[in-house]
Parts: sequence; structure tokens; C-alpha cells
Amino acid sequence: MVKMSGAQALIEALYKEKVEVIFGLPGGAIIPVYDVLRDSKIRHILGRHEQSVAHMADGYARASGKVGVCMATSGPGATNLVTGIANAYMDSAPMVAITGQVPTSLIGKDAFQEVDIIGITTPITKHNYQPRHASEIPNTIKMAFHIASTGRPGPVLIDLPKNVQNDTADMIFPNKVEIRGYKPNKFPHTLQVEKVIKLLTKAEKPIIMAGGGIILSNASLKLQAMAELLLAPVVTTFMGKGSIPENHPLSLGVLGMHGSAEANRLILEADVLLAAGIRFSDRTTGKIEEFCQDTKIIQIDIDPSEIGKNKTVDVPIVGDLNKTLTMLYDSLAKLLEKKEDNLWFKRVRQIREEFKDKIDQGEGLAPPNLLKKLREVLPHNSIITTEVGQNQMWASLYFKVYEPRTFISSGGLGTMGFGFPASIGAKVAKPDVPVLDIAGDGSFMMTSNSLATSISEKIPVIVVILNNSMLGMVAQWQRMFYKRRYSAVELGAYNFEKLAKAFGAQGFRIGSLEEFIKVVKSALKSEVTTVIDVPISPEENVFPMVPAGKGLKDTIYR
Amino acid sequence: MKSRVMTYIISTIVENKPGVLHKASNMFRCRDFNIDSISVGPTEREDLSRMTITIDGDKATVEQLVKQLSKLIDVLKVSVLSPESTVVRELALVKLHVTDAKARSDIINYANVFRSRVVDVASGSITIEVTGSPDKIDAFLTLASTFGIKEIARTGITALVRG
Repeated sequence: MVKMSGAQALIEALYKEKVEVIFGLPGGAIIPVYDVLRDSKIRHILGRHEQSVAHMADGYARASGKVGVCMATSGPGATNLVTGIANAYMDSAPMVAITGQVPTSLIGKDAFQEVDIIGITTPITKHNYQPRHASEIPNTIKMAFHIASTGRPGPVLIDLPKNVQNDTADMIFPNKVEIRGYKPNKFPHTLQVEKVIKLLTKAEKPIIMAGGGIILSNASLKLQAMAELLLAPVVTTFMGKGSIPENHPLSLGVLGMHGSAEANRLILEADVLLAAGIRFSDRTTGKIEEFCQDTKIIQIDIDPSEIGKNKTVDVPIVGDLNKTLTMLYDSLAKLLEKKEDNLWFKRVRQIREEFKDKIDQGEGLAPPNLLKKLREVLPHNSIITTEVGQNQMWASLYFKVYEPRTFISSGGLGTMGFGFPASIGAKVAKPDVPVLDIAGDGSFMMTSNSLATSISEKIPVIVVILNNSMLGMVAQWQRMFYKRRYSAVELGAYNFEKLAKAFGAQGFRIGSLEEFIKVVKSALKSEVTTVIDVPISPEENVFPMVPAGKGLKDTIYR
Repeated sequence: MKSRVMTYIISTIVENKPGVLHKASNMFRCRDFNIDSISVGPTEREDLSRMTITIDGDKATVEQLVKQLSKLIDVLKVSVLSPESTVVRELALVKLHVTDAKARSDIINYANVFRSRVVDVASGSITIEVTGSPDKIDAFLTLASTFGIKEIARTGITALVRG
């Protein structure tokens, strides 16, 4: 037992959780913690807006697999974090968010900068805590990290009243956690495993649908082995991009509203679908009633509530994906011979051939072409973050990803402004790897003040802005489904080269593909943040596309 | 194929801590579940509470509700109770208009038939406490409505498995 203040106990507990970095922004109600932080070995990265601070922690978590930590003051500091917390919740990113709170004596009195952040974040956190006594802090932190990082990961918020930070108490730092209402089930039920094996051994046209769960449980290698054993093509969800190398002969790319043509076609032809770590999101399945109607569906997930939530499945298995796929693979390997070729794989090649020339990838600075050329100059392990909108969907379709945790994007919430701060977090996690944010001008404007953070903290990322002076995805919908009646999508043209330079970053405005490649190559060697402003046509659309509310069979190719 | 809508009783054991009811009831709202009634009270253990929830839904809805409830960290146990093996009780306080002596004696007679009790009498009203299954309370209220009901307070059901 050791006597210390709540703030000291917090920092001590974070040390014990091996926290290396906190992304944060101080304010009145969190000053006691900042006072202790000043003398600690934990790196603090000062954001310029709390939303960005949360996205940085999120990007850090996704690139590293560790828990991302962000911190803010009470009231507006806490509410500004909310978008970033919701984003992490929707994409199951492990995060611990710490907020200051007014002293307990003022809670409920509408005190200055008081907000009920526990009430506000209840639906967007895995759990939240408000310790009322300093002595509760060590155990609370232990539980928060445990909950955030195990089972289906997610954000946990800890709201610390100011007096709780200041009060001293005898602190006990537990080595173990015991939460009686929280026992994630890692191992699948053997009966269910047997059912899956039976289905998979009989499958003639199996397909695997791999989601973000594969990446979260580090099950990519098992997934690949399974696909090869079954000779099953793999479609990924948007969150699952990177779970199988996208140059693998069995990889069909991302499925869904802006999915690859072959993914959207072949999934409807499969007889058995192995859905692993996915949640049947509307953006992935299209019209759910039409999705894989006559296919036997197996769903594996660590979160039981995902099973049957959006789609009724034939065989559900609850378990950790790595452990479950290992069990399935070991059993199947004894029963099946590895196939080199069969009718189903021939069909895969035939469909690929059919669609090869159907999609126009443009030339010069047309985004599909630009992203393919960008891929060629980047090392395989480069990390790509994206903003939200057309830039994101082009990146998903045309930028091939070869390793897990190298494609980081806001899937569930679709948060504009996510990519740039997330790239800063990812670069902090992986300082030796090139990190690029594929941006749109609309999204970049939302969090471009993070340039101040990346410059002052010397975190050199590269931002590629596909600049069409528009809210491009909304404009595309208005062009296609609202008779070109543009409403509030024209942003105007801004010079991001100058904006970058004003913050002390390198800025470029690009006129040709050759120039673009040259600038990227030099930026890769540079140690300062680089913003590459690439003007593109406002008329560019993302294809393929499934119109909202339609089924995958209604994919439009151009 | 739509499955049949039925009334389900869900019994949960939760941490006896502030904010737990909010977390549970907020989850219902966020997930678009409609609660018919909810009652919360202490159990034999000081650190645990029991929440009894009734909802009208189909099988799939109830399954999803149970999973979502179980996911809450403060929820320790969730069970769907089958009507045959469950003792179900609800309490209602019913305040009725009393216009004359005859009405008063009629009400008291009926209350006796329903094994309910008179808990308050005033010059223009009488308040009855009825305990029993929700059906029994509904039946009493139908009868009582002929006298004119001023106010009703119902607890929502609470339930335990038999044996």
C-alpha cells in the first residue's frame, strides 16, 4: 500500500499498463493529472482539438494493436471527444479515454464546464467509469484496459472529478482483474465446430467473408491457410481490408456498396459462406433480404450479440477468431486434400477475366490510376489512412493492401476528418514505416489544424488530397440520383500547398502524374510532414457502385 | 416469415450500483426495443439487484435483447422465464370515486372477492391494493372502471422461477 494522490495513481497505473503515449488537450478540470504528467516518462502529444486527439489514439491503436489513450478536460473537452469515441466504438478499436470532471461537490449543479459525459457516452462506449474516491483509481484503470482490449475491443471512458484527482489515499495496485459481469468466451463450442466442418467439407463453392475481427484477433495467417486449404476465394468487408494480401490469387477485394465487381458477383454464387469477424453492415451486404439468400451461412464472432443481429445464419460460432480458425483448420486439414484447381476456382478466374476491362481506371491524375501508381512506389508495409467519402472508396477499391493493420479508415461511423489525425497516431505507433493519409478536401478541412501537432511533435506523415473542391460523394449521389441538382456540395477551391506551408509543413500542388510520383518519392525520404494537393475533376464518380437500398446484383460498373 | 409476437419475462441479476438502470434502459432505447414494464429491487445479496423486464416481441427480438443485455458489464445473469414454471406478481394501487354508501360497500365486497385490500378511505374516494398476476389486476380494473377510476399506479411485474 502506498499513499499518493489520485492523479499520481492514475499515471502510475498507466505505467503499469505499459502506456507509452497519451494524446490529449488540457483544461481546468484535468490540470492535476497534467501536473503529474509533466514529470512522467509517458509521452504526451498535444492535439489542437479533442476530436483529433481521439482519432490519433484510435489510429495508434489500430496500427499497433495496443490500447490507444486520449485525454481531455470536462465539459466541451469531453463532448469534443465524443465523435472520436463513437468512431472507435463502431470500428471496435481498443481505446481508453480519460476526462476531467468538476469536483464531486458540484456534480449535478450545472457547474462551469460540467457535462454528464457518463450519460452521453453510455451508448458509444463498451463501458464507462466515474470513480468517486481516489482509492478507486488503480483498480478502475486496470479494469478499463482489460475491458478495452479483450473480447470485442472497444472504447472505455474514465471520468475523473477534480477532487478525486487531488485527494490522497492508500493505493493498492492490483495485478489481476476480476469483473464478474465480464467473461468473454474465447473458445468455440465443439458441437458447433463439428457442424461447420461438416458444411465446409461438403461445400462445392465455398467463399470466405473476412471482416475487421480477423485483423483485431491477428488471425490473418490462419485465414489465408484456410482459404488455400478450401480453395475458397476471400472477399473482405471494408474493415477487413488487409486481412488477406490483396495480391493473393484467392483475394477478390472488398465487398459492398463500393465493392469490387468480382466480390459482389461471386459471393452471390457461393453455396457456403464462412463469415468471420463481420457484422453484416448495410454498406457491405446491400439489401439484406437479397444477400446470399440460398447460401448456407456460417458466422464466427467473439461477440454473441453480432450473431443473428442483422442476418439469420445457419451455423453460429462464438469464439476468438484466431482460436476458432485454428481449431477449424486443424480438423479440416486432416479431412481434406489441398486442391490446386477445381471448377469453382475456374469460375473465379473466368469472372475476373470478364470484369477486367469493364471498370475504367482512367489515366493521369484520375484517382484509380493515381492510387495504383502510388501503390507501386510505396513499400509493402506502408500504412494508409483515409478520410471519408470518394477518396476512401477509391482507396478501398484501387489501393491494394498487403498486410493487416496497414489500412486504417473510419468504417462504421464514416467520420470525415478521421484520416489525418489517425495517420499521426499510426506514425507514432510505427515511426519507421511510411504513413500516408488519402484525403479529400472536404474531410481534410475538418481536422487540418492537426498540422500544428504533426509539425511541433515532429511526426512526419504524408497527406495526399484528392481535391475536387466538392463534397465529392454527396455530389456523386446528387449527380446520379438527384438529376445533378447540386445542393450545398460546392466547397470552393482552396490552396492546401499554402495552408501546409503556413504551419511549417512541406506543401505541393501537382499538375501531372509524373510530378506526383516524384513528390511522393521525395516525401518518403523527408522528415517533415508533407501535404500533396492533387486537383482532380469534380465530375469523377466512384465505380462500381450499388445504389442505396439495392442488392449486390444491382451493381453499376461505370 | 414473421414469428409470433408474445409477452416475454426477462429476469436479470445486475450490480447494485448507481447508473446501472440507466445503462440498461438506455440500451433498450438505442437498440429499438420496446419495454412493456420494468421493475428493479434488491435481492438476497446487498451488492446485487434484480431487474424484471417484460417485453412484447418475437423470438428473434428476445434472443437479441438477451444478448445485448448480457453484453453490459454490469449485468451478471439474464434469463428468459417460461410462464409455466414462474411465479409472477404485480401490485396495483387503484383510487376509485365513491359517490354513495352503496358504491362504497360494493367496492369493498368486490375487493374481498379479489383478495385485495382497502388501504385508504376518504369522503369521495377509496383506494384498493391489488396483488396478483397481471391478468387478475386487469380483471379488477375492468370491474372497478364501472365505479369510475381516479388514479392507478402499477408496479410492473416481478417474477421468480418456481422451486
